[in-house]
Amino acid sequence: MEIPPSIRVDNLSRNYGKVAAIRNVSFEVKRGEIVGFLGPNGAGKSTTMRILSGLLPAHSGAARVAGLAVSEHPHEVKKRIGYMLENNPLPEDMRVAEYLRFRAKLKQVPGRKVRQAVQEAMEICDLARTARRKIIGTLSKGFRQRVGIADSLLGDPEIILMDEPTIGLDPHQIQGIRQLIDSIRGRMTVILSSHILPEIERCCDRVIIINRGRIVACGTSAELRQEFLPKSRVDLVLRGNPEDLLDTLKTANIQAELISRKNSESNVGECSLLLEDAALCQSPELLKILNRSKLFSLISLAPRHPDLEEIFLAATKRSWEETIEKSRLPANNPQKDN
Amino acid sequence: MRNFTTLLKHELRMLLISPATYLAAFFFYLIMGLLYWSILRDMVATAQDELPVVYFFKLFWLPAFFVVPLLTMKSIAGQRSDGTLDALFATATSHGSIILSKFAGSYCFYLLLWIGTLCFPLITLFFFPNVAPPEALLQNAAVTGSLVFIALSGFLFIAIGIFASCLTRSQLVAGMLTFTALFAAIIGGSQIESLTDYTAQLNPWLEPLANYLQVFQHLDDFSRGIIDTRPFFYYLSTGSLILCLATLVIEAKS
Repeated sequence: MEIPPSIRVDNLSRNYGKVAAIRNVSFEVKRGEIVGFLGPNGAGKSTTMRILSGLLPAHSGAARVAGLAVSEHPHEVKKRIGYMLENNPLPEDMRVAEYLRFRAKLKQVPGRKVRQAVQEAMEICDLARTARRKIIGTLSKGFRQRVGIADSLLGDPEIILMDEPTIGLDPHQIQGIRQLIDSIRGRMTVILSSHILPEIERCCDRVIIINRGRIVACGTSAELRQEFLPKSRVDLVLRGNPEDLLDTLKTANIQAELISRKNSESNVGECSLLLEDAALCQSPELLKILNRSKLFSLISLAPRHPDLEEIFLAATKRSWEETIEKSRLPANNPQKDN
Repeated sequence: MRNFTTLLKHELRMLLISPATYLAAFFFYLIMGLLYWSILRDMVATAQDELPVVYFFKLFWLPAFFVVPLLTMKSIAGQRSDGTLDALFATATSHGSIILSKFAGSYCFYLLLWIGTLCFPLITLFFFPNVAPPEALLQNAAVTGSLVFIALSGFLFIAIGIFASCLTRSQLVAGMLTFTALFAAIIGGSQIESLTDYTAQLNPWLEPLANYLQVFQHLDDFSRGIIDTRPFFYYLSTGSLILCLATLVIEAKS
């Protein structure tokens, strides 16, 4: 029997006045999956998350969370979701344990299990020993984020939504949050939005990229790399002129494009090449051709996989170009509207 | 009413641990204590028509103008501006429970402050027994009637404060709105009454309405032991209506 998805979104749209925050957003998240939600500011990430959590109604489309329609059963959905809001709002004048106990009660954790649930959440988030009795207002940003995550874990929800959990954190704190997310991998379905793209790449099983309220890409990093940046990239360090490198490759019938170059004073230059033939960077052929050349001497060559940042930029750029193209279409072909 | 009890306990707890509560209580008792002392001094100096406790409770508007905005302005507006209201909405808590718990927390504190003023006649009796006879300082009917009025009018005043707090993100604006609305509710009735002198023929329905809204007249009646159901209906129904509106406002704004 097929397991139903934890989250299913079909053609979800929401406007703020005349501005469309999201338009026909559709995606699925499987049970136990950790999905990264990427997009520039104002892309519609938080709006989608707020609709999924039952905080905001959609204007059209349907969202099902844990098998329940959010519009019909918002309270049931809220019981099954742990939601860490954008900017992680917390009361400044409460103690950590006291706040988490209050939240556990609000999430209808049975009275006799409140203490245990709070203790477990604090242990997962490494708050039990260090910050248990501290007043939230005195905590560092990293600990505040941990309190927000501990809150979202309370009540053992099936799904966790985290809106920018790593924003404003230093690399050590980000690593801590990543380990924390790893610790709940498989137990819960997680959607997290972030601007720290390497973190998303390391944490998430799958990535959804949203731009201007539309899903522009969805898949694993490898799938997205294949879709948006299919050509292979090579980083080279050589003594000589990078232009000679291009001539050498042209002579060998290899289609290549110089995408960046950096020259140093001692005639040693670093450059990046974009190769049409993706398989070429894995074969020794390229190395042989470059070593044969007398115009320059090759110091190092390394194939480079585009990171999520490049994929993100390529996906959002493509969606921008499509938007511009669409906005031009009615002007060029007015009959198409009819 | 999902989570009402949890939210109310939380509200009361937050009031108890907040230094602002103690500061508000200190200034309330300081001002009201000075006013009580002034009333007693006048009573000793010259014969008065009414009991000191009635004079004292007639000054209910003075703390109402300041204590009610202070108590309520933070409740929703403060939580909306710091985002913690959204965190509440993210749980399976009904909007009605949130409004009612905020209201109940502030209302309990308001009543507690007024009940605390009964210490003034007790202190007078204990430390200055010769100032006035006990029956003049603590007449049961006057005290009970005045406190019933304070409880009834407080229901409406606190509801107004909670409603104003729902309308805006700014605590300052919420406080100013509450002050203005309370001014209209307390003083407006007597102003409408003065209008009826000129417009009674034009608006025959205005006079009964003006009589219905006489807040000071209600206090006079209660302090004399006259229990009229109309003020009960006025304060409770208007207060409840305003709380329903407040619930609709936060639903619309969430």
